[in-house]
Amino acid sequence: MFLGVLFVLPVANILGRGLTTDAGLDLNPVVAVLESDSLRRIIGFTFLQAALSTLLTVVVGIPGAYVLYRYRFAGRSLVRALATVPFVLPTLVVAAAFLALGVPPSFTAILLAHIFFNYAVVVRTVGGLWAHLDPKTETAAQVLGASKIKTFIHVTLPALRPAIWAASAVCFLFTFTSFGIILFLGGPGRATLETEIYRQTAQLLDFKTAAGLSVVQLVAVVVVLIITNRLIAHQRVALGLQSAAAVPQVRSAGQRTMLGGNLLFMALLLGLPMATLIVNSFSIPSGFGLTYYRALGTLRADSVLFVTPVAAIKNSLVIAVIAAAISLVVGGLAAHAIVRHRSGLATALSLPLGVSAVTVGFGFLITFDTPPFDFRSSWLLLPFAHALIAIPFVIRAIVPILSSIDPRLRDLAAVLGANPRRVWREIDLPISARAYTVGAGFALAISLGEFGATAFLARPDHPTLPIVIARLLGQPGALNFGSALAASSILMALVVLVVMGIERARIGSIGTF
Amino acid sequence: MKPVLDLQEVSVRFGDSVALDRVSLALAANETVVVLGPSGSGKSTLLRAIAGLEPLAHGRIESDGIDLAPVPTHRRGFGLMFQSATLFPHRDVLGNVMFGLVMQNVRRAEAETRARAALKIVGLAGFETRAVAELSGGEAQRVALARAIAPEPKLLMLDEPFGALDRPRRDELSNEVRTISNRLGAATLLVTHDHAEAFAIGDRIAIINAGKIEQVAPPVELWRQPATAFVASFLGWNIISSNTGSTIAVRPDAIRLTPNPNHGRESATVIARTFRRNHWQMRVETEDHQFLNVEIANTEAPTNLNLESEIASGSVVGVIIDPAATICFTP
Repeated sequence: MFLGVLFVLPVANILGRGLTTDAGLDLNPVVAVLESDSLRRIIGFTFLQAALSTLLTVVVGIPGAYVLYRYRFAGRSLVRALATVPFVLPTLVVAAAFLALGVPPSFTAILLAHIFFNYAVVVRTVGGLWAHLDPKTETAAQVLGASKIKTFIHVTLPALRPAIWAASAVCFLFTFTSFGIILFLGGPGRATLETEIYRQTAQLLDFKTAAGLSVVQLVAVVVVLIITNRLIAHQRVALGLQSAAAVPQVRSAGQRTMLGGNLLFMALLLGLPMATLIVNSFSIPSGFGLTYYRALGTLRADSVLFVTPVAAIKNSLVIAVIAAAISLVVGGLAAHAIVRHRSGLATALSLPLGVSAVTVGFGFLITFDTPPFDFRSSWLLLPFAHALIAIPFVIRAIVPILSSIDPRLRDLAAVLGANPRRVWREIDLPISARAYTVGAGFALAISLGEFGATAFLARPDHPTLPIVIARLLGQPGALNFGSALAASSILMALVVLVVMGIERARIGSIGTF
Repeated sequence: MKPVLDLQEVSVRFGDSVALDRVSLALAANETVVVLGPSGSGKSTLLRAIAGLEPLAHGRIESDGIDLAPVPTHRRGFGLMFQSATLFPHRDVLGNVMFGLVMQNVRRAEAETRARAALKIVGLAGFETRAVAELSGGEAQRVALARAIAPEPKLLMLDEPFGALDRPRRDELSNEVRTISNRLGAATLLVTHDHAEAFAIGDRIAIINAGKIEQVAPPVELWRQPATAFVASFLGWNIISSNTGSTIAVRPDAIRLTPNPNHGRESATVIARTFRRNHWQMRVETEDHQFLNVEIANTEAPTNLNLESEIASGSVVGVIIDPAATICFTP
């Protein structure tokens, strides 16, 4: 019902704007989009950068997954946690970090930032499965005469395929609908569907074209989701999974090289941008200092902002807590529905995962502006939009745990006298409590960093931290840029705190990120 | 007195397939009935139907003369235990055993006392605060048993309860279950595919095949007088199809072999011989290409033949069949 009103309605509204006129069904906006050379180029570029980003991330992520989940070494869990940080970082923080690093806006900058961002998706998803593969299968292959490389290609890789497809799908969808990174790191002339929808609405006020673009994007996302869900379902062969315990301590020179190489790569790819961001936020012309941070507490006369950034932090936190609460309740109910009924619900509910934040924001904007849904002025619109984006993540955190509960436990509880509600309270809830914590963490992190939908919906006098960062990044001047870095560092710290909480609560769950 | 459990023509369907086909069975208090059948024969479905976890397509289940149809699972007051230990992972041992009592709103102190008593019965006094992950397979099964008996159900249902355990532990626990259920005065319904277990603890054994109960009888009677060709074959009788269309079943311990091929009713060739401690298991092929399993007791010196030397693989022997242990099933 929640998803019905909040997701279907805005999307239907976009479809309605895009496909109908007073006379009835009209595919003209979509046709116009497909006929325009410049818009076709944008569509092509969207696919190209998404596909290339995904491929590169998978290629560098698989060795990372190997060392982080098949090797045992001191500090492994810390490295795992640190490697996860980029994924939950708000896109604007990522953009700010790469700008701080001095990477000029370019195609390469987009790819690098996307790899930085999605590296953890591949490592966690593939590594999670890898850790549970039965090493006896590999030993058997080697006893049968296969070399290590042949074993990897013929035995390990096929077994990992479901996780690789799942990770690729997530990477592709994120990069396909990526907004903040493209906007700030793409530079002129590098527009994707997502940024173009934003430009058409926010700057050109061309709702028809925007709706047409949204329809094209929506169709592409749905197609990708259906294909990957099929692929993953086909790949779901019976694997000899076992509890992840027996991985070898790093010993041989080859293993050391493998481990060292990957850790160095992670340090350069993941560590360097984050470190630079923090260092530069303290680097003022005269050395090191808190100038940029102090600037956040004040409202300068020449400021593009209506409130102090510190007030924006408070807004962000309040919105994040409400959004997390909403997404936990709705996501939890949806997860239970999925596990109970095992239908195509799962695909339908993961749809918002692939629908771009900008589309959500745009849809909200054009849906909730007329009675009975005139919520434009309500600040509650933001938490609801954030919750909508976070719900698929909450569902994905809870469903694997819920479906791993032996259904006989519920039967036994019922036989022992627990009525259905009591069964839920005594069995489902306590067993999935940690998954709820993880889901809550994701929801908080997502809401804190959300920019795409927020760009449409935030009121000028009630901005969130990412909006402040975007405004500051968009202005010239060292003080503005420095303050943007300082605000980004604060946002990063907030998100990292939340992620540490997730990492603590996380139990060995397979297949999700 | 009305039976504790009375199944009347109970059927369960999964879509088009019939999992249980008009099953009728009654259990008195203090009685142990074992449902024995091959895997996939509907054994577990039977227990689930009785627990109220599967809807009936046909028939009626009564307990103490009361129709159970309107009674939901959680009000039936039966005990249930599955094959592999399905303990609640987030509760400790005592928490698991107390679960049923807590659900019945028994006062906490009393629930704890009764749960401790149940643990003592299964021999696990002192295990109260252990985490379930720390238990061995046998211990976990004992906890599951304690959890099932703690609320003192009038009917205890066990679904292959010892399947995951090794042989000695299995025999030990199945003996205990019998003692415990007698002590509680509960009716016990156990399903298994293990013949030895069924014969060891069942007051009566019900043979189930493809959702149908073929025969219900005390162990001795079942072994002597299988009611159908399926039961005979399932219990290990030799099945000989005759050319008249009827089926002849011969009990393997009612066949004698003689070294002289001309002595018996017909002659046969020994194709395999296995030493089974208290008997020899022989497989012979008769002249008309029927295969027979023959069990020859190994308790004392054989009077009429010396197995070791005279009947080896490949020897031709005479076959003598005791007509009293032969049943003819006409279709």
